[in-house]
Amino acid sequence: MATSANDVEALISKGYKAGFITEVESDTAPPGLNEDVIRLISSKKNEPEWLLEWRLGAFRQWLKKEAPRWAHVRHQPIDYQAISYYSAPKSRKDGPKSLDEVDPKLLETYEKLGIPLREREILAGVAVDAVFDSVSVATTFREKLAEAGVIFCSFSEAVQNHPELVRKYLGSVVPVADNFYAALNSAVFSDGSFCYIPKGVRCPMELSTYFRINAAKTGQFERTLIVAEEGSYVSYLEGCTAPMRDENQLHAAVVELVAMKDARIKYSTVQNWYPGDEEGRGGIYNFVTKRGECRGENSQISWTQVETGSAITWKYPSCVLTGDNSTGEFYSVALTNNCQQADTGTKMIHIGRNTRSTIISKGISAGRGQNAYRGLVKVTKGADNARNYTQCDSLLIGPKCGAHTFPYIEVKNPTARVEHEATTSKVSEDQLFYCRSRGISREDALNMIVNGFCREVFKELPMEFAVEAQKLLGVSLEGAVG
Amino acid sequence: MSTAATANLLPEFERVSASLPGDARVAERRRAALARFAASGFPSQRDEAWRYTSTAGLARRKHSVAIDTPVNLARGRAALAAAGAWDGPQCVFVDGSHRPDLSNAVAAAGLRIRPFAAAVAEDGRIGERFAGWGGEELSPMISLNAAFAADGVVIDVADGAEHGEPLRLLFVMTADVRDRAVFPRVIVRAGQRSSLAVVEQYVGESAADGFTNTVTQIHAGEGARVTHYRLQDESPKAYHVGNLIVSQERASEVVSHSLSFGALLARQDIHIMLSGPESSVTLNGLYMAEGRQHVDHHTRIDHFEPTTRSEEYYKGILGGHGRGVFNGKVVVHQHAIKTDAQQSNKNLLLSNDAEVDTKPELEIYADDVKCAHGATVGQLDEDALFYLRSRGLDESAARALLTYAFAGDILGRLGIARLQKELAARIAGRLPGAAEFLEAV
Repeated sequence: MATSANDVEALISKGYKAGFITEVESDTAPPGLNEDVIRLISSKKNEPEWLLEWRLGAFRQWLKKEAPRWAHVRHQPIDYQAISYYSAPKSRKDGPKSLDEVDPKLLETYEKLGIPLREREILAGVAVDAVFDSVSVATTFREKLAEAGVIFCSFSEAVQNHPELVRKYLGSVVPVADNFYAALNSAVFSDGSFCYIPKGVRCPMELSTYFRINAAKTGQFERTLIVAEEGSYVSYLEGCTAPMRDENQLHAAVVELVAMKDARIKYSTVQNWYPGDEEGRGGIYNFVTKRGECRGENSQISWTQVETGSAITWKYPSCVLTGDNSTGEFYSVALTNNCQQADTGTKMIHIGRNTRSTIISKGISAGRGQNAYRGLVKVTKGADNARNYTQCDSLLIGPKCGAHTFPYIEVKNPTARVEHEATTSKVSEDQLFYCRSRGISREDALNMIVNGFCREVFKELPMEFAVEAQKLLGVSLEGAVG
Repeated sequence: MSTAATANLLPEFERVSASLPGDARVAERRRAALARFAASGFPSQRDEAWRYTSTAGLARRKHSVAIDTPVNLARGRAALAAAGAWDGPQCVFVDGSHRPDLSNAVAAAGLRIRPFAAAVAEDGRIGERFAGWGGEELSPMISLNAAFAADGVVIDVADGAEHGEPLRLLFVMTADVRDRAVFPRVIVRAGQRSSLAVVEQYVGESAADGFTNTVTQIHAGEGARVTHYRLQDESPKAYHVGNLIVSQERASEVVSHSLSFGALLARQDIHIMLSGPESSVTLNGLYMAEGRQHVDHHTRIDHFEPTTRSEEYYKGILGGHGRGVFNGKVVVHQHAIKTDAQQSNKNLLLSNDAEVDTKPELEIYADDVKCAHGATVGQLDEDALFYLRSRGLDESAARALLTYAFAGDILGRLGIARLQKELAARIAGRLPGAAEFLEAV
C-alpha cells in the first residue's frame, strides 16, 4: 500500500497550468544596477526628491550587505547586474482610466488566469488592484472605497496623491537596511499597493491584488504598505501566478503593515508562481520581507499564507507586537515538490504587555522538495504575560524529500508562557486504508487527508481563497498515490 | 577578516609543547590541531552554534597551561572531600593531572583503564586515534583540546565484558594557579555486547577560576550498552567547555546524562552518531543557572541508519541573572527510515532577569519516520502554588517544592540511587525554602 515511486513521479510531472506568456511591448531599462538606474526609475515615476534620496540611501546600504546564506536553500549566486530593474507596459503612459482603456492583451491574460475583473466586480464584490509587471493598470471599486474614506491605489499613485502618508509610514516597519533583499527592494521598488483605512472604518470589501511576473529577466520588486488607523479593519488578499519561463526570476517584495489602536489587519496570500520544471530549471526566486507592527493597544495582525509555487521561497511574515494586548497570528501551508525549496516561517516579537501570538505551520514535502520552517518567538524584558503557542507539522510524501524545523525561542521575561510543538510524519497508511475501505479512491483519500492536515490554516482564509487553495493543493497532489 | 581570537594560547603551546605526552607523530598532530584552532579562534557569536554564548571572556584571558607546575595536593584533597564520597572505583585528576595516589580504579577482567598520558606515551596509535577520530570539524574547541590534551583516561572494555559498577572520573580544579587551563581527554571503547557506566564529575575550589576544555569520545560496539554521566559542578568563577562525541554500532544503547550546576560559563556539546541499525540513544539533561551564570547545551543526533531511535529530555531552571541556552538538533538522513526521534526541552524562569534561548531543530530527509519535538518556557503554575499555600506551606517552600518537582523526572532517570540522592540535595541546596520538605524526600 506504499506510495509508489510512479505515483510521486506523476505528481512531479504535473504541468504548470498557468504557464503562458503575453506579448506586450515593455518599456524596459537595460540590465544592471547603479545610482543612475535608480534615478531613472524615480524620474520615470515622477517621484519627489525625498523618495529618490530614500532609494539612494537604501542602495548604498545594499552595497554594504551580503546576501543571506543561513537559509536552508541552495541556488546559484544571483547576478544582480544581469537583471533589468524597470519594466512598464507601453499603455501606461497615458494611464488607463477604466478597464476599456486597458491593453486588451492584459485583460486576456487575466482571463486565462481566471480573474475576470468585471465579473469579480459584480459577483464577488472584490476590488482588484491588478499588478502586471510592476505597474498597476487597473483599479476597480475606487469610488465605493473612497466613499468609506479608504485609500486603495497603486503605490506610485499614492506617492503622487498622498505623499505625506507614504513618507510617514514607508520604511517604518521594515527599515531600508533591514536585510539584503529589503534594501534592494527599497532601492528599486517599482510599484505595488497602498492601502489606508481611516479611523473607525471597517473596510466594506476584501481588498485584493493579483501579482503577475511577465517580461523575462525583469525582477519584480513590489512594495506594499497598509496602514489601519485606530479601530479600523481590513482584510487584504494577495495571489499570484507567473507564466512559464526557463529563466530564474527574482522577486524581492516588501510588505509593511501598520495597525494602530484597536485596528485589525488580516493579510492572506495564495502564492502559485512558476516553481521550475522537474529538474529544477527555471522558477521564481521568491525572497520576500513581510512584517507588520501592532503599534497600538489591542491591535491585531493576522498572516495567512498558502505557498505552493516558486522554485525558492524565502519568506517570514512577522509581527512586532508593540502595543499592549496586541495579537499576532501566522497560519501557513507550504508545499514543495520536484526541486522546490522553501524556507519560511515567522517572527513574533513580543514587546508590549499581555501580547499573544499563535503560529500554525503546515509543511508538505513531495518529490525532492525541501521544506523548512524557521521561526523566532522573542519575548523582550518588558513583555509581561506574553503568550505564544506554536505548532509546526510536516508531512512527507516520498523518500527523497526533506522537512526541517528551526524554531528559535528567546525569552527574557519570567511571566511569559511559550509553547512549541513540532511533528513530522508521512501520510498514515492506516488512514489511507480506512478511506479505501469506505470506497474512496486513493487519490481522493490522499487529497482528503492532506486537506485535513491543512484545515486549521484553510479555515483562516477568506472564502474565495479557501476554495482556491484547496483546488491548488488538489491539483498538486493529483496522482500522488494510485 | 579580523584576526582569530586565540588569547595567549599559541605562545603557551610553544612553551609547554615539549612536556606534552606522545612521540613526534603525536606532536605533529597536535601542531596541526593547533593550526586549525588558530585559523578559526574562539567561536564568535556570528557562528550559528555560538549565537547565544559569548566566548569573549575566554578570548580575553591570559591562560596558564601550567602542566609543568607541581600539583598542590593539599588543596586538591580539600576540594576532593567536597565532591562527595564515592566507594566505587574512581580515577582522580587534580588540575588536569591524574593522581594515582587518590584513585582506586582496579582493573577488572575485560576492563583496561589507563591514564591518557601513559597510554599515549606507550602507544602512539592512541594518539593518532585521538587526533584523527575526534571529529575536529565539529568545533574549534575540539581542535584546541587535541593540541593541548595532557591527561585523561583511556578505557577499553573487552567484547562481552559487563561492568555494572559505575566508574567515577573526578576532575578537581584548585585555585592554586590563576587562569589555569586544563584539557582532559577521555576515550571509551566498549567492545561488542559489553556494558559500562562512567561518571565524569567536575568540581573545584570556590575561588578556582580555571578553564576546563574537555573532550570525551565514546565508541559503542555492536550491542554494547554504555551509560555516561556528566556532572558539572565547577566553581562559579570557572569556565567549562565540554564535547561529548559518541559513535554507535548496530543495536548499541547509549544513555547520556548531563547535569550542569556550576561554572560562570558552561557549554556542553553532545554529538551522537547512530551509525548502526537498531542503535538507540537517550539524552537526559538538567541545567541550573543563577547569579550571572550562563549554561549552554548543544546536542546533535545523527540518524544515519534505519530503525534507529533517540529520546531526549532536557530541563532548565534559571534564576537570578542566569541564562540558559538549549539547542537540540536531530538529523534523519535519507537512508534512515523507520527512525523514531522524540525530543523535549522545558524551561522554568524563576526571576525577572533570567533568560532562556531554546532552539529544537529537526532536519529530516526520509519519509517513513516519526519525529516530534516540543519546547516550553514558563514560570511556576499559580494554581499549584496556591494549592500548596492552602495546605500550609509558606511561599518559599511552595516554590521550592514545585521547582524540585519540575526537576524530578530528570533525576528519576539517573538510575544510580546514591547519585540521585546526592543530586537531589544539590538541587534543593539551591532552592531557598527547600529544607522544610527535603527531610521527607
